[in-house]
This record gives sequence, structure tokens and C-alpha cells, in this order.
Amino acid sequence: MSQSARELRARASESGDRPIPASVGLRYPWWRLVVAVGVVGMLAILAVSQGSVGIPPLTVAKILASKLPVFDPTADWPGTSETILLQLRLPRVALAGIVGAALATSGAAYQGLFKNPLADPYLIGVASGAGLGATIVLITGVPLFVGALNLLPVAAFAGGLGAVSLAYMIARRSTGTPLTTLILAGVAIASLAGAATSLLMVRSDPDLRPLLSWLLGGFISARWSHSAIVLVYLVPAAAVLAGYGRILNVLQLDEDHAAQLGVNVERTKLLLVGSATLATAAAVSFSGLIGFVGLVAPHVVRLAWGGDYRFLLPMSALVGAGFLILADLVARTIVSPAELPVGVVTAFCGAPFFLYLLRSRKAVGL
Amino acid sequence: MNAKTNPNHDYGAPQALEVRDLRFAYNNRPVLDGFNFRAAKGELVGLVGPNGTGKTTLLRLLSGVLRPLGGSVMILGEETRRMPTSERARLVSVVPQDPRTPMGLTAFDLVLLGRNPHLGLLQWEGRRDAEIAMHSMALTGTDDLAQRRFENLSGGEKQRVLIALALAQQAPVMLLDEPTSNLDIAHQPAVMELLADLKREAKGAVVVAMHDLTLAAQFCDRIVIIHKGRNFAEGPPAKVLTEQNIEAVYGTKVRVMSHPDTGMPVVVSARSGGVGSAKGDA
Repeated sequence: MSQSARELRARASESGDRPIPASVGLRYPWWRLVVAVGVVGMLAILAVSQGSVGIPPLTVAKILASKLPVFDPTADWPGTSETILLQLRLPRVALAGIVGAALATSGAAYQGLFKNPLADPYLIGVASGAGLGATIVLITGVPLFVGALNLLPVAAFAGGLGAVSLAYMIARRSTGTPLTTLILAGVAIASLAGAATSLLMVRSDPDLRPLLSWLLGGFISARWSHSAIVLVYLVPAAAVLAGYGRILNVLQLDEDHAAQLGVNVERTKLLLVGSATLATAAAVSFSGLIGFVGLVAPHVVRLAWGGDYRFLLPMSALVGAGFLILADLVARTIVSPAELPVGVVTAFCGAPFFLYLLRSRKAVGL
Repeated sequence: MNAKTNPNHDYGAPQALEVRDLRFAYNNRPVLDGFNFRAAKGELVGLVGPNGTGKTTLLRLLSGVLRPLGGSVMILGEETRRMPTSERARLVSVVPQDPRTPMGLTAFDLVLLGRNPHLGLLQWEGRRDAEIAMHSMALTGTDDLAQRRFENLSGGEKQRVLIALALAQQAPVMLLDEPTSNLDIAHQPAVMELLADLKREAKGAVVVAMHDLTLAAQFCDRIVIIHKGRNFAEGPPAKVLTEQNIEAVYGTKVRVMSHPDTGMPVVVSARSGGVGSAKGDA
């Protein structure tokens, strides 16, 4: 170091000729996202082709193409294939992909907002609140269906949002919302909701199977309508998070520093925590609790391509979608005709992988 | 030193930074109690005083993170209190004392964050922002580090990258909180030399809060001692950093000598029975 001031000035005046280094904001690596979309698409086709009745990937492609107005391939496939594909497998794979994208996007956002690499979509009580909501519906004998509306996801959604709102209100001070307090409040509320769930389950004896299968997580009863509802929440939430990608980069500095750089920290935090929570709650309400997707996907992306949130968020969504499609494929085929809960598969893949990251010290620390 | 008149009274131009009668308290415990202070363009001002005396609080008030209970902070003659945060961020840049390390960003990415006050919410950095960032990195001697991950840099390199970030803000006032406290004896004067050079280059005012009185004396144009929430003494280092002043404020006996190279004050603790205890002054 110790270069003289004159030397530095001389270098600075030459700096106009220096090449501008690579940066996501200056030259956005769109092609990486395009490749990732292609990979997720291929995984999805692979996933829908597998199952008790195999449908060759080429046939899958033809059936899908026949649904588009422009193509009209000759229908040389059995009608059952089309029914299985369109009524059972596609809705399931679509929901798995959308839920994976939602969990990974909100996981990336929470890690950035809380500046904590262990943050995941369930950190501030979403999961336990959702679990409590689902349990209350099942235990209190409220009819599960009101017309065609399944109340279980509605209650889970309300419970998840309720828990996070409570944590936020408790942590809030007149001067701001300290993130550590928010996390601690979330953890305490999560314990409380978990205890209440256990209490309700012990004190009553209706059939708990629907609850247990929901708590374990999975896509067995996936329908097109589920994907549609999750998307209604995910799309605006993801749009807000993506729009704030550059601001999330600024928020990687201390809160004071971010404020000194012109960011309205309190308002931004509220908006982004709210968006991420909305996406999580919507995903959880149909899929149940699926761990590790929201934790692992952002870390993989950060490790491979850096921490700029403008790229990290969309790429995490794609990695999360691909990962969960693959995990669900394994869950329903590996012990066929039975099924594993998908959360078991994600944990079996995710946990060792995460431990490997920690061990290799590549995962960036606190 | 109080500016009792129009801030434009000297040189016909407003001061880069002018603080009048600033008051602030934490839970009814006054920290600043009528603090007055100014810094001109192209001036490097050292802010000294015992631990807990309110140097960091003052910097947070100047940058608008805290709101004063009373008094005013003017930059280029404009009251900053009611400004939107982004407008204020175009006038004051800050180099924090002990910054956290963001994950997965390059040094260049980090310096680009300094352009935030000049960008709209959905706007991304353009070529001009990149050039400003690179120029700031060249001025701080960090352009060779541009593509390195910030988390992998050494303490001294990080410090200079953060100064480059503040430079990229292109604000007329730069505030630094203890920029040398984590650096070794080679990097300390290097950073101070850099600041002395930047104030000329950027033609702004640089205000630096410091513990090291000797280091401050070698490089600052002016020293301000904060004591009991007020401006205890202010002026050229040789005039302000006297044995009497330091003893009165820090409550410890010191010897002040003159630096063999610069002739500026060198402050060392007194020995042989005359050692007082360094009382933490609230």
C-alpha cells in the first residue's frame, strides 16, 4: 500500500481507460436464466413422464403441443395417458415447481433481510402458525369443505400470516424494528404455536391423518386450482422482491449505512418481509411444511454466481423449482406404489448437502 | 466560533457543513447540549474526545440517521433535517466504523452501492455510474481489487473500499467514524494521507472522528474537542491539543511534544507517578 497521493491521482486520471469490471447491474446474465428455465422445463417433462404408467417424454411433448393452437400432431397415444398427464401429473409437477420457487425466493429474501445465512422461509413463525391454523380447523370439527373450498389451506394461510404479524408487532419499536428481536419473537411465537398444536392434538380424537399428511408436506392432492391460488400471491410478491433487488444489495450493509445511502430502511423492511411471508404462507397452505428448499437453493446460487439480489432472486426461484420437482419425483417413485413425504426427500438431500457446504467452508458466514 | 450571523457571512459562500446549537439526548441523558461546529470546503477536520462523549452520535445526527432534539445541520447552506433520505444521501456520505461484510459481492459491486442516492427505485447503474465507481476506486488505490470478493479482502483493503463507496456518493461532506482504529501502523497514516488528498481532490469537507490524538494532529487542518456535549476547543492542532486541554477533558496527565518531521503535536501518557486514571466521561 502506501502509494503516494500523487501516484494515486495519476492512476485515477488514467482510470477512464481501465476496463469496467463485470457486474450484474451493468451486464445482466440473462442467458443463465434462460438456460435454467430450459433445465427446469426438461426436469418437468422428465417428472411427468415417470410414474405407475410411464409416458415417454416424446409423447408428453406431443400431448402438450396438441393443446397449443398452432400444432396439430396426430393423436397416436392412449387417451388414458392424456388424462393421467393433464389431470394428475402436470398439476402435481406444476404445484411442486411453483412451491419450490416460492420457498426459494422467500428464503433468499429472508437471508438478505435478516443478514443471516440460516434464515429460511419458516424462521419467523410462518410454519408453526400455519400448522396451528390447520390443526384448529381439523380439531374443532369445522367442516373441511365449504362447497368446493378446502378450508385447510385457508386456515394454514391465516395462521402463518397471523404468527408473523404478531412477531412483527411485538418487535416493533418507535425507532425501528430490530431484526434480532423480530427473529427471537418469531422463534418464541413458533414454540407457542407448536405447543398449542400439540395440545390440541392430544386433547381431541378426530381422525388426524389429513393433518399429519399436511404437516409432513407433499403434493398428493395437487390440483390446477392450487397452483393458480399460489400464483395469485406469488407473482405480486416476487415482483416486489425482484423490483427491490438492487435495494436488497444496499441492505447488505448495516442499517445505518443503508439509511445513509438513502434507503428508507423501515418501510422497505416491512414491505419485503410482508412480500416474502405472503409467498411462503401461500405455498405452505397447499404443500404443507417442506424444509431445506428455501435454505439451500439461495446458498447454491450465491456460491456459484455471487450475491447480487437482482440475479440471486430469480435464479434461486428456478433452482428451488427444479429441486422440488426432482424431490417430488423421487418421493412418489422410489417406494412405488407407496409414496414418501416430499419433506423427507428434501431433508435427505438438503441436509447432507448443507453440511458439505459448511464443512467445505464455502458457505459464507454470518 | 459560534456562527451568530448569516452562514454566508464569510467568503460569500456557505460553509460545506455548519452545525448550530445541536442538542440530543438518549433517555433524557443529554449527549449533545448546544454543539456548534463548521467545516469549510477542502478542509479535513478531526473530531476527538473521550469514549462515550458523543462522537458517533454526532456523526449519526449529521448524516440524518438520528433526529436532533434541537438546533440545525446545514450543508451548503441548506437545512438537512426535513430532506428526504435520498436527497440527504447526495449531500453527506459516511464511512462506518465497524461495517459488516456483505456476502458474495465484489469490491466493485460494493462501491457501486454508493450510487444508490443518485438512482431511482427501479433504475440500475449505468456506464457513468460504473466510471464514477472505478474513478473512486482508483483514487483510493483499490482499483486492482475491483473483481475480488469483498469478504476476502484484508482490513486495510476493506477500509479503503468503503472510502471509495463513500466517494462514489459524490457528496460535498464525508464523515468517517474511527477509520484507522482497526489498522496497523503502516495503514493508519496511509488512510489519513488518502483523506488529506481526497479533501483537495473532491473539494468537499472531510470530518473524521478519531481516538488517536497524535495521528489526528499530523493530518487534520483543524481539531474539535467534544466534551460534555459541547465544543470544548477548536482550532489548528498545535493550538488545541495542549497538555491543559487534554488533561481537562480526558482526566489524565499527558505530555505533548512536537513531531520531529511535521512539528505537529505528539501526545503521550505522562509517567512517573503522575499517571492519572483514564476516566470514562459520560
